[in-house]
Amino acid sequence: MKAISGSQMISEALHKEGVEIVFGYPGGAALNIYDETYKQKYFKHILVRHEQAAVHAADGYARASGKVGVAFVTSGPGFTNAVTGLATAYSDSIPIVLISGQVASSLIGTDAFQEIDAVGISRPCVKHNYLVNSIEELPRILKEAFYIARSGRPGPVHVDIPKDITAAIGDFDYPQEIKMLTYKPTYKGNAKQIKKAAEAISVAKRPLLYLGGGVIASNASELVRKFAKKTGIPAIETLMGLGVLAHDDENLLAMAGMHGSYAANMALSETDLLIALGARFDDRITGKLSEFARYAKIIHVDIDPSSISKIVNAHFPIVGDLNFVLEELIEKVEVNPENIKDWKDILSRYDKLNPLAYSDSDEILKPQWVIEETAKIAGDDTIISTDVGQHQMWAAQFYPFSRPRQLITSGGLGTMGYGLPAAIGSKCADPKKTVINFTGDGSILMNIQELMTAAENDIAVINIILNNNFLGMVRQWQTFFYEKRYSSTDLSVQPDFVKIVEGFGGVGFVCKTKDEFRKALKEAIKLGKVAMLDVRVDRFEDVLPMVPAGAAIYNMILKSKE
Amino acid sequence: MRRVISVIVLNEHGVLSRISGLFAGRGYNIDTLTVAPIPETNLSRLSIVTVGDEKVLEQIVKQLHKLIPTYKVIETGEFVEKEMALVKIPLSENLGGLDAILKAYNGIVANTNENFIVVMVADDTIRVKNFLKAIKKYNPIDIVCGGSVLMDM
Repeated sequence: MKAISGSQMISEALHKEGVEIVFGYPGGAALNIYDETYKQKYFKHILVRHEQAAVHAADGYARASGKVGVAFVTSGPGFTNAVTGLATAYSDSIPIVLISGQVASSLIGTDAFQEIDAVGISRPCVKHNYLVNSIEELPRILKEAFYIARSGRPGPVHVDIPKDITAAIGDFDYPQEIKMLTYKPTYKGNAKQIKKAAEAISVAKRPLLYLGGGVIASNASELVRKFAKKTGIPAIETLMGLGVLAHDDENLLAMAGMHGSYAANMALSETDLLIALGARFDDRITGKLSEFARYAKIIHVDIDPSSISKIVNAHFPIVGDLNFVLEELIEKVEVNPENIKDWKDILSRYDKLNPLAYSDSDEILKPQWVIEETAKIAGDDTIISTDVGQHQMWAAQFYPFSRPRQLITSGGLGTMGYGLPAAIGSKCADPKKTVINFTGDGSILMNIQELMTAAENDIAVINIILNNNFLGMVRQWQTFFYEKRYSSTDLSVQPDFVKIVEGFGGVGFVCKTKDEFRKALKEAIKLGKVAMLDVRVDRFEDVLPMVPAGAAIYNMILKSKE
Repeated sequence: MRRVISVIVLNEHGVLSRISGLFAGRGYNIDTLTVAPIPETNLSRLSIVTVGDEKVLEQIVKQLHKLIPTYKVIETGEFVEKEMALVKIPLSENLGGLDAILKAYNGIVANTNENFIVVMVADDTIRVKNFLKAIKKYNPIDIVCGGSVLMDM
């Protein structure tokens, strides 16, 4: 056993956990950690330009790769800047380990320079957190942090380490195995419950698969595809579940929810057996609860017991890992195609009645066209990140996602400013893939400084701004529900996005026509540099369908307000 | 609805604030909370009395289970529940009948000096409440109540 410093322990632990890349920003309390980072050869460190982006980048890396994302920040403001990143990852159950420097142990509680109660602040927005009290407990805490982040329902873990402990010397006895008295996730579902669920599926007349982000998190998409193929049961996806089934899968009715397709939302409203897999019944999906899936019995499979019956009561609750549960379900379930033929016919008619569509124009660029065209030009081997707003919903509706981990988006928290740093993290996870960030003229300005991070490290992410001179989604709500009083949403005064990206060392394009867009995107892909396409789109285009907040999910607004 | 919950947790830094945060985060008040280490273990036991609707409390119990340091949550079944109270009464009051009241509630005189007498009771919550009503006539100048201590049967 070798006696080493706390900072060396961090590097050694990261090495043992297979960490290849860390995103971060140094500062006084993190100096020892950064000195060791400079000396070690295990992992690459990417200097971001704002701590929030460090956590979003680690989050994007985790979503794209399926591994644990890691970020370093310093104490005080370094840490508080990182909180939005933690909350974003927590909302979407993304495995992250955030290591923050803290003032020396002797100074804790004295209002020292750059001191903040970091674990007190992060507590409600992480799966677990630690304030390290001694060098002796550091190896165990680091091991537990990675284990907790990636096991069970994944999530961010925060480790706050005082500066004296990063300098202290101790024995590095990194545990081989985890022995935690109190934390034991349940992986294997209850066999009796699974059997009952299988029987219910076999006799249902209007069954519906409801696929959430948990399918992707548990890498169970292949099994879900197998299950859908064997049973022929129609499926809907949440925003976080997009890509579980390929866009052209014959069973898929597209996304459900506030901006879900007509067919998906009607399916939710008329199903007699909702089979929820790794989905948590977010209010953006359920709409008015008393009207949600009102004729349905509910099978809910989730690794987190507290998710089950939290919002809607599950008739067949199954706590466990989807991989275990689905293997058993696939084996046991038998669906007679005749049983569900009428149901599929009805849904198919719904789909034809109100397909996801928009009226295209050659005069003005339509955002939906830009998204569809991007997919045609960039091809299938692309990762899409988004910011938050109308562009995010259009991307969810119109981009043909064909695999899990293809869409990187902030679902639960809805964090504007997420897209660019998450795109950087995704590109680091899979450098060979084209990474495109759909963003808005509002969102991009929230972390635009990360163009520098991308340019410095040759991380060629392409940002497509669907520029409508508005905070578009808020404008849309103001149009429908506030009599067009566009309070603080008009962004007519705009920066020169091309000059901005050029100033950071990238390339920029303004696109006002279809030809300009096609040419610019092809050029951006060819150049392989950080790029920004300022795409001027129709200012008043709405995201439709739309379910007003609190309305029943079948009460969809299908037309724009004149 | 009044609910009592016993939670057994690892005795570690910040665990109490994790638990109280679950209640605070949902806008629920904790009526009483007592906590002490369990002898010869690295665990602590919390006794929580709260009021709230069943659905939210069910969710709080699930969330308590979910906390990494939580070993066990006991929320159903029969509990022995005891509460204590200390009452400071000026010696200048007419203390006639105090002995009988103390006897009725298993109370004792905990301490006294030249100015005050401090009496103590430890009993069922409702009986402690009744004791506090009965003792009002002595014009107590301070009352300190401890939270409920619970043991499941």
